[in-house]
Amino acid sequence: MIVAGIDVGAKNVHAVLIQDGVVLAKAAVVSGFDQEESAERGLQEAARVAGIDRSAIQAIAATGAGRKALAIAGQQPTEVLADGRGAAKLRPGARTVIDVGADEARAIRLSPEGKVLDFAINEKCAAGAGAFVEAMSRALDMSLGDFATSSLGSTQSIPMNAQCTVFAESEVVSLIHANTPAADIARAVHDAMASRVSAMVRRIGVDDPVVLGGGAALNVGFVKSLSEALGGVNVEVLPDAEYLGALGAALIAWESAS
Amino acid sequence: MTETQHFWRWSEKTYQAPDLDWRAASSITVGVDVGSVSSQAVILADGKLLAFNSTRTGSSSPDSALRAFRGAAEPIGLTLDDISYAVGTGYGRVNVPFADRTITEIACHARGANHMGGPSIRTILDMGGQDCKVIRIDERGKVLNFIMNDKCAAGTGRGMEVIADVLSVPIEDIGRRSFEIDEEPAAVSNVCTVFAKSEATSLLRAGWSVNKVLAAYCAAMAQRVAGLIERMQVEREFFITGGIGKNIGVTRRIERLIGVEAIKLPADSVLDPQIAGALGASLFAHSLYRKAQKEAAAAGGTAPGNGGTPGGAAEPAGEGAGVAG
Amino acid sequence: MIANYGYEDGSGFYYITVDTDICIGCTEYGCTKVCPGNVFAVEMDDYDDFVCTVAEGARKRLRELCSVCKAQNGSGGTERKLPCTAACPGGALRHSW
Ligand code: SF4
Ligand code: SF4
Repeated sequence: MIVAGIDVGAKNVHAVLIQDGVVLAKAAVVSGFDQEESAERGLQEAARVAGIDRSAIQAIAATGAGRKALAIAGQQPTEVLADGRGAAKLRPGARTVIDVGADEARAIRLSPEGKVLDFAINEKCAAGAGAFVEAMSRALDMSLGDFATSSLGSTQSIPMNAQCTVFAESEVVSLIHANTPAADIARAVHDAMASRVSAMVRRIGVDDPVVLGGGAALNVGFVKSLSEALGGVNVEVLPDAEYLGALGAALIAWESAS
Repeated sequence: MTETQHFWRWSEKTYQAPDLDWRAASSITVGVDVGSVSSQAVILADGKLLAFNSTRTGSSSPDSALRAFRGAAEPIGLTLDDISYAVGTGYGRVNVPFADRTITEIACHARGANHMGGPSIRTILDMGGQDCKVIRIDERGKVLNFIMNDKCAAGTGRGMEVIADVLSVPIEDIGRRSFEIDEEPAAVSNVCTVFAKSEATSLLRAGWSVNKVLAAYCAAMAQRVAGLIERMQVEREFFITGGIGKNIGVTRRIERLIGVEAIKLPADSVLDPQIAGALGASLFAHSLYRKAQKEAAAAGGTAPGNGGTPGGAAEPAGEGAGVAG
Repeated sequence: MIANYGYEDGSGFYYITVDTDICIGCTEYGCTKVCPGNVFAVEMDDYDDFVCTVAEGARKRLRELCSVCKAQNGSGGTERKLPCTAACPGGALRHSW
């Protein structure tokens, strides 16, 4: 039996197909204006990758900001539930799950058995999510990947004064005018965001092992800054980090279907 | 960044009193407010309004302070050497090169609003380019309570500029156009400027008119600011200062939400709510100068030792200084 | 004067309220000594009184700076347990979150 999990975010739709408990295919598409249509595109793309017909998908669970808009989804688990489920599968024994997406960041505390004990969400300020780093890399005219890696080569830590994405863009522009090396600017940006994310994580407590998912997990500069901001704990990046929510949703769909 | 049209620019403004001869005055005091977006200078001659000027803040605060001052002073032939006492305020206050003292914009706005709106003003809303403040004052213009937010662009002029740019609407037209709609839409649901910007774009794509999107955005901004005001509780009379105070799209919606109308300056007034901070600074400069003179006289002459007014800076604002409304 | 320092952003409302009329008589400035985040500073205000303020550099980062204390001591209803509020003899400090 084939089931699907989709994570409908404001920027991207991630879809994961599972066959008999094993991941069959993954796909990501850009979110459009119509969430129903975006989700459908995601599913079709995943089906194409898997080499199956879309009609072979027997059950669908949707998570993410747009989950409620989806009539096709039989289940609509919250992002917290889906993340927790996905992380427990990818890294059995994980106690602290951090998920930093483009628009939202979450921290979840799991029991040793993988049950959600507590969580914190930062959803309404772009400065605490991936959108912050994206905006700053644009201001520097760098690709997100270059921006992330350049941060590792920084030789000095400079604090950012602006805490808001909008004001920080102007600050980055003045740093560029002041001939600050791009690496140091990148680090300042990652440090600033990591500091905000860590404040959220501390609310629920930091227990080892700490795992990180979501698009920002692919950003090596951010991962390093986050580990430092959390007092040097080891932050394990989950495999296929950006599919964390979709995987969790797919697992939930599969469990209830079988 | 490419050289495009700047939809967010405010026009500059200058005023010189037609019937005042500063050369006959015994003191020339100046207040300079270097804000994040615009800078103002107000010049008083013997405590009476002589001139003011408002200009856009450039990349250098000292230059902007000088430019604001010159804009007010040069048409009447006044120079830096003629100043008796100057006070700097605003976020760039430490960078006013000719200032004798700096005072926070909170205290200056309080005093300026007290002067412009009269002693019955109790609550001031100052919406600036990068911040938003609510100040409660007593009848002398002294601060009793204040709250300010300068971290988040939502609810500030900068947030408005972002939307002006996205929709390509000149910022001075936003207020008017936001009322040219059939029906008041629900406010944009995102507080965050970054998210509100994408929301505005999707609303346009969904077929909303530009004016309707403006209305929804102004409403969201008004909700946010009204929330801040309500935490302080509005006590009448209520007065609005600062650049965004000119955006009726936001101010009228705030008035609706809090159920209190702001005191407006009379239509023939030469004053501008945007100069409240600089005006307050110039009034502080005036009383600080008089205090210094009194102290000098007391020290030099045979006057008794209590020459200085206790808490001189907080001297009643109304005293002596009659600024023409 | 009641001074509210801090900020409100999309994620919430984070202010430290200082009743400076209480600070004026204070000689200990306990808050500045105990705070691990260096949140407080003693400064002369516009009316020439020495009072406690939230330091300029801390005003936009309170949620982050206080997160360690709050994780250990809780917040809101149990605010008296925060190091700063416990160290202020006059009770001049309050946290909004
Ligand atoms: S601080 Fe900036 S990024 Fe955060 S909610 Fe406000 S406008 Fe958005
Ligand atoms: S809770 Fe109080 S003592 Fe702790 S960091 Fe914040 S202000 Fe300082």
